[in-house]
Amino acid sequence: MFAEFDLVMPGDLDEALDILAEASGDGDGDAGILPLAGGTNLVVDLRARRIRADKLVGLGRIAALRGIERSNGRVTIGAGTTLSDILRDPGMAEAAPSLVDSARVFAGQMVRNTATVAGNVCCGSPAADTVPPLLSLDAELTLAGRGGSRVVPLADFFLGYQENERRPGELVTGISWDAPKPNAANLFYKLARRKGDAITVVGVAVTVAVEAGKCTTARIALGAVAPVVKRAREAEALLEGEALTPELIEAAARQAVEDSSPIDDVRASADYRRHSVHALTRRLLSQAWAQVTEGG
Amino acid sequence: MPENNTITLEINGRKREIPAPPNQTLLETLREHGYFEVKSGCEKGDCGACAVLVDGEAVDSCLTLTGTLEGRAITTVAGLKRGEELHPLQAAFVKLGSIQCGYCTPGLIMAAQSLLNETPEPSEEDIRLALSGNLCRCTGYTKVFDAVQEAAKVLREEESAT
Repeated sequence: MFAEFDLVMPGDLDEALDILAEASGDGDGDAGILPLAGGTNLVVDLRARRIRADKLVGLGRIAALRGIERSNGRVTIGAGTTLSDILRDPGMAEAAPSLVDSARVFAGQMVRNTATVAGNVCCGSPAADTVPPLLSLDAELTLAGRGGSRVVPLADFFLGYQENERRPGELVTGISWDAPKPNAANLFYKLARRKGDAITVVGVAVTVAVEAGKCTTARIALGAVAPVVKRAREAEALLEGEALTPELIEAAARQAVEDSSPIDDVRASADYRRHSVHALTRRLLSQAWAQVTEGG
Repeated sequence: MPENNTITLEINGRKREIPAPPNQTLLETLREHGYFEVKSGCEKGDCGACAVLVDGEAVDSCLTLTGTLEGRAITTVAGLKRGEELHPLQAAFVKLGSIQCGYCTPGLIMAAQSLLNETPEPSEEDIRLALSGNLCRCTGYTKVFDAVQEAAKVLREEESAT
């Protein structure tokens, strides 16, 4: 069938980290030890020989990585949480509205039943559907290694195209964020050829919070329009401290286009993507502002 | 996984110990052992032809490494059959003409069963969402959605009769 590799299924996190630690040295072939979560990307890439592996460390038996916790407004999902787990959890609609919206248009049912949110983040595709929502929620990743764990803001995680902060001996064990407060709106829209089973042309997530008629927090996260999913920070800066008038929203949407750097590919031209960043950013900001100021 | 790479799976209600090389997918394992009702399509997780249930939840068997499944219960479309009788989903697909070439049918039925395991009374939107990972180039899906609704009704009636 496809490439030769070994597969181990550790029963707990420490065992998994011990095995992965073999990958953290400097010798040749170390990069060949890879964690396997849902495998919906990795197995395809191994078969196509885009990725080489000597050993896969399957995470499916590690109970500590499963589960969703909420306490005092803080949400933490274990790294084993699947897209279907997000859709099944009745609390998620309030705890992460944009993430739920992205899960609904993520691939198809069978992939959602298997693929994990953490895996989607770690694969580092610029079109990864869960990443704009998580960026719009200021999510943080917990990375564990044999020497202990560290927390990395998702906004600092991506270093370049399919490059990220995770060291070879580390595992992402969880993703956390503060649930949006009642004065905030959090929205996502995926533009693609179809609703299901399609790779994103442009994905936009926004968060807008309001106090006393002024925007206190603005987040705009753009997918599939740069080497990594990124925040449109200059566009966000235009909004904070201001009332979101149609003129200001228009200016922010134009700035979001400036903050993006799309390419032509099989799914769309760079021009179309710029147009879509403008249209979607304007639309989502308008909807979000209406939601937080008119309660609708 | 044991050194010799054998794995215990329950397939369609029957416990089996079978060899599972680390790089073998569940699709390959099943077809190698005669479960030809599981179809190979795109082998990329796009088409859903290879869908089977693992502990009641549909997965693409082409994306699932067999070695990750020790002790799990696998159901193929043939495993739904009740003795000589068709399962309500199978019967509804036949009755309503939801099958043309038939290649996608096993996967569609397993995706639908996975939905009905969790959602006995699905809306059309629920059905569309649940079948969004199954490509069918013949039927246009309308009769497929009808069959899932019909089967859901039959299954609910069976449930309330017991």
